[in-house]
Amino acid sequence: MKTAAPNTLVARGLIILLMLVTLLPFLSMLSAALAPQGTYPNGLQWPADPQWGNFVRAFEVAKMDQLLLSSALIFLGVVPVSVLVATMAGYGLAKLTTKKYKWLYLIFVFGLTLPFEAVITPLYYEVRALGLLNTRFAIILPLIGLYMPFGVYWMRAHFLNVPHDLTEAAQLDGATRWKEFLLVQVPLARPAIMSLTILLFLWTWNQFLLPVVLVQDPMQRTMAGALGAFQGQWGTDIPLLCAGSLLILLPTVLLFLTFQRQFVAALMQGAVKG
Amino acid sequence: MTETPSSVPGTSKPTRRLSPSRGSRKATVTAWLFIAPAALAYAAFVLVPLGMSICYSLLRWDGIGKATFHGLTNYITVLTDADLLQIIGNAFQLVLYFTVIPVALGLAVASAIRGQMAGRFGTATRTILFLPQVIPLVAAGIAWSWMFASTGLVNQTLKAIGLSSWTRGWLGDFVWALPAVGIIGAWVLLGLCTMLLVTGITKIDPSLYEAARLDGARPWHEFRYITLPGLRQEIGVCITVTVIAALASFDIVYISTQGGPGINTTVPGLEIYRLAFAHRQVGLASALAIVLMVLVLLTIAPVQWFTRDKK
Repeated sequence: MKTAAPNTLVARGLIILLMLVTLLPFLSMLSAALAPQGTYPNGLQWPADPQWGNFVRAFEVAKMDQLLLSSALIFLGVVPVSVLVATMAGYGLAKLTTKKYKWLYLIFVFGLTLPFEAVITPLYYEVRALGLLNTRFAIILPLIGLYMPFGVYWMRAHFLNVPHDLTEAAQLDGATRWKEFLLVQVPLARPAIMSLTILLFLWTWNQFLLPVVLVQDPMQRTMAGALGAFQGQWGTDIPLLCAGSLLILLPTVLLFLTFQRQFVAALMQGAVKG
Repeated sequence: MTETPSSVPGTSKPTRRLSPSRGSRKATVTAWLFIAPAALAYAAFVLVPLGMSICYSLLRWDGIGKATFHGLTNYITVLTDADLLQIIGNAFQLVLYFTVIPVALGLAVASAIRGQMAGRFGTATRTILFLPQVIPLVAAGIAWSWMFASTGLVNQTLKAIGLSSWTRGWLGDFVWALPAVGIIGAWVLLGLCTMLLVTGITKIDPSLYEAARLDGARPWHEFRYITLPGLRQEIGVCITVTVIAALASFDIVYISTQGGPGINTTVPGLEIYRLAFAHRQVGLASALAIVLMVLVLLTIAPVQWFTRDKK
């Protein structure tokens, strides 16, 4: 380590302060979640008689089991397809096309900075015309399209770094091209695919705008969308709201803690490349 | 579509020699087959809606009845109406909080550590600082609504240090609601920026700092002439991510203030939603949507240009 000694104390102090600031809202929610029902608790005050039962009640009121299932279904509908399709296109753009097709790539990249709000209104009418309003497909299908700019950009960047002779070693026609893609390229791309999967998982699980606009029934939404409805309904019951919010957070946080290294790497690279 | 055979793998196979054009066409077909699914999904749910947005923006339409052509009137409204201008201004004010606080604090931490965070402390730091990135923004909004509530931790702390007169319902306050929303965004983005900058600074050659120290450079000069230029790219990334988060914000505002009090914390994302689905002004909503998209592009372009150019 090349750290200059006098700096470390200041640095550690600063970092510990940052960590505290990051954690305080969670602690404050926890302390409120344990307060007796119907009371209006204080910001951060460990209750004399912690009401762990609030979590049970929140689980029942929020129908957490159904919510988890709904989110999982949406995840399964969006992420595997998005990753596969983006990987194929990334490979196609990086390895199978000439400079003449750069415009195609640029059209994809154009979508990188597009705010979802810019297309949400027409999406509503489009999804309605497809007869999918208030179904999970109203979230699934648009999300696949909306993830394409990042997914394609991400996978193309990976395939550009794969040495070309790996592809040219065997002169391929169409049929074997697919074999080469599935048997050689995809296994080699596993780290990139893994990171993309993690990012898309987080973005899907936490997606809020689409569920709010396109799906009325909270039970057909993602976790985040359901949390919005939960707040609308129980916003004044602070202990219950906090308990419910913490429960809704729990699955992602547990997953994050388990795969901490992969998540952090994915989020940092995702930011850099996005 | 004819291509130079050398650039397309698959054309030089001996059996294909007789008809290279057929081979290259086949390669082109294969390429298109690989790209088509992504292109279709992208076209169907991004490009077509975007085109529809542009069409809608030229209409006067309540979403149900007959639409009438309205020309550029909606755009003129977006760019002249006092309320809508304030709403766009709110988004740019949020940039101050979403961008400046995380980048400034991140730079401070990075230049104080100037080294890899190894060991358990490093892992713990990364884990905790990334938590806000993992949870939904909605949850951040709920947590901070509670922090800013009248009996919340912010007021509790102010009372504890003898500043009772400063306590208020922050998110309902006409002056403080927007900064409070900004703080929520800063909290979400702080960890990501800090870690990006801390990682970035380890890539700067340490001998630069040693040389500077031998030359008697003061810490400020080290920061100005070594750290800042060395972190150019990372700072660019942080600014890009945070500016988009601020201009296109929706979740946090929707949850914490619903845009109130008045329209003091309303941002374009929320206004688009309201105009289109509550006020049934689809044309105006779409014009605002297009303006928002262009504003994001115009704001990001110089950042990208400035931070990538000299590398």
